[in-house]
Amino acid sequence: MTSAPSLWAITRRSLIKDLRLEWRSKDAINSMLFFALLVVVIFSFGFDPTAEESRRIAGGLLWVAILFATVVALNQTWTRELRNQVLDAYRLSPAPPMALFLSKTVGNFIFVSILEVLMVPLFVVFYNLRSVGPLWQLLVVALLATWALVVNGTFFAALSIRTRSREIMLPLILFPISIPALLAMVDATTSILTGDSSPIFWIRLLAVYDLVFTTLGLILFEPVLNAE
Amino acid sequence: MAHIRPLLANVGTTIPERPVTDTANLQPAVSLRDVVRHFGRFAALRGISADFAPGRLYVLLGENGAGKSTLLRIIAGLLAPSRGTVSVLGSPNIRAVATRFGYMGHAPLLYDEMSALENLQYFSALYGINDRARCEDAIRTVGLEPALERRVGQYSQGMRQRISLARAIVHLPELLFLDEPFSNVDLRSAKQMTSLMAKMRDQGTTILVVTHQAALLEPVADECLVLDAGRLVAREKGIPARLLTPYLAEERAALRTSTPRAAAEAQP
Repeated sequence: MTSAPSLWAITRRSLIKDLRLEWRSKDAINSMLFFALLVVVIFSFGFDPTAEESRRIAGGLLWVAILFATVVALNQTWTRELRNQVLDAYRLSPAPPMALFLSKTVGNFIFVSILEVLMVPLFVVFYNLRSVGPLWQLLVVALLATWALVVNGTFFAALSIRTRSREIMLPLILFPISIPALLAMVDATTSILTGDSSPIFWIRLLAVYDLVFTTLGLILFEPVLNAE
Repeated sequence: MAHIRPLLANVGTTIPERPVTDTANLQPAVSLRDVVRHFGRFAALRGISADFAPGRLYVLLGENGAGKSTLLRIIAGLLAPSRGTVSVLGSPNIRAVATRFGYMGHAPLLYDEMSALENLQYFSALYGINDRARCEDAIRTVGLEPALERRVGQYSQGMRQRISLARAIVHLPELLFLDEPFSNVDLRSAKQMTSLMAKMRDQGTTILVVTHQAALLEPVADECLVLDAGRLVAREKGIPARLLTPYLAEERAALRTSTPRAAAEAQP
């Protein structure tokens, strides 16, 4: 006789499984990196900004590149669950649906964070960036902004997983919902890079956004998972 | 419940005798009342009512599109009925009894990028089982070697089917749903799977099998149910001979007259 497994145990197991699958296939990381790299290089050829201009536009460029790359990764992580109808095996089990949502979100957070770690030095080189504001605030913005992107993205990717044109559906649903977070992350980053104003308001906005959408995602994921 | 290892004993190509068990007074393992399922305007199931007694092996037969797989998915809780009620192991809430049944679907429900053992360890963890030995036993039970490090994506279709069966039984379910378990499986392995099903049934597991290869289950089936266009049209003890070959007979007749030469040769 078996008993219902705990939320954390399944979250941990599913996360390890996702990291293992990604390590072996490299589907998400490769496509994300390629896409983000393309955006950075093409933009750098398209503009020839001064150091001051770079500080003003870098926040927008960086987060738009990361947002687009994240969408590519989000589609990959759920597509993997559709192959061989593996998602049905999870639905049949007594494992809590929340655990799947949490593990996917944390997994995507790790993938996007890796992308950021690789992309930021490139941005610094291509756009000759020097931050005027404190760098530690950039780290806080990066963590909150990345979570904002992946928590919504993971939820809406799951929602669009069974639609015929899910590659189009996901950005169509995700981008409008992400506008407040995108504004906050771009403005906070620009504020820190230029040192013109305090980013605290935008950081608070991001924190509230994360809290609201994480809660909603956890509550609403079960009906999304079991939708036919 | 007994560990899987005892199932290994006597599993071979010899199919065991069917036991005689009196299950008349037991609560049904699965109970269906007027189950209807629509896909848009298409009615896949049209009012199915049936009880399945515990500890018996049932075979669901019917042509493609008869509604067999849909019925199995509804019983397993993967689809909701449009109308009617389903009770599994005495509970109308199928999720509440999720630890007590196993399901093997058309697709293998396995990750291609992981080995058989890694797959089983992950899926058994979803049932609260963290026991490598049990996963290895389940793989051996279906006639494969747990030490195989190849990823499931590199397995043959038949091997995937067997790993899929191992996944369905690794948590020792009281109730087992099998959808086309023999597809792409060679005869020897199919007989081993049949023998395993018979063993599990003898140990008290209720088994519902959807198949087009009824002959493989004929020696061990307790009852068969025939679906046609979403309706339950027959329910019989065992699998009567007339249900084993109807399609074959029709195919032969069609082949005999499919070309002028064949038609001429078929003339008495």
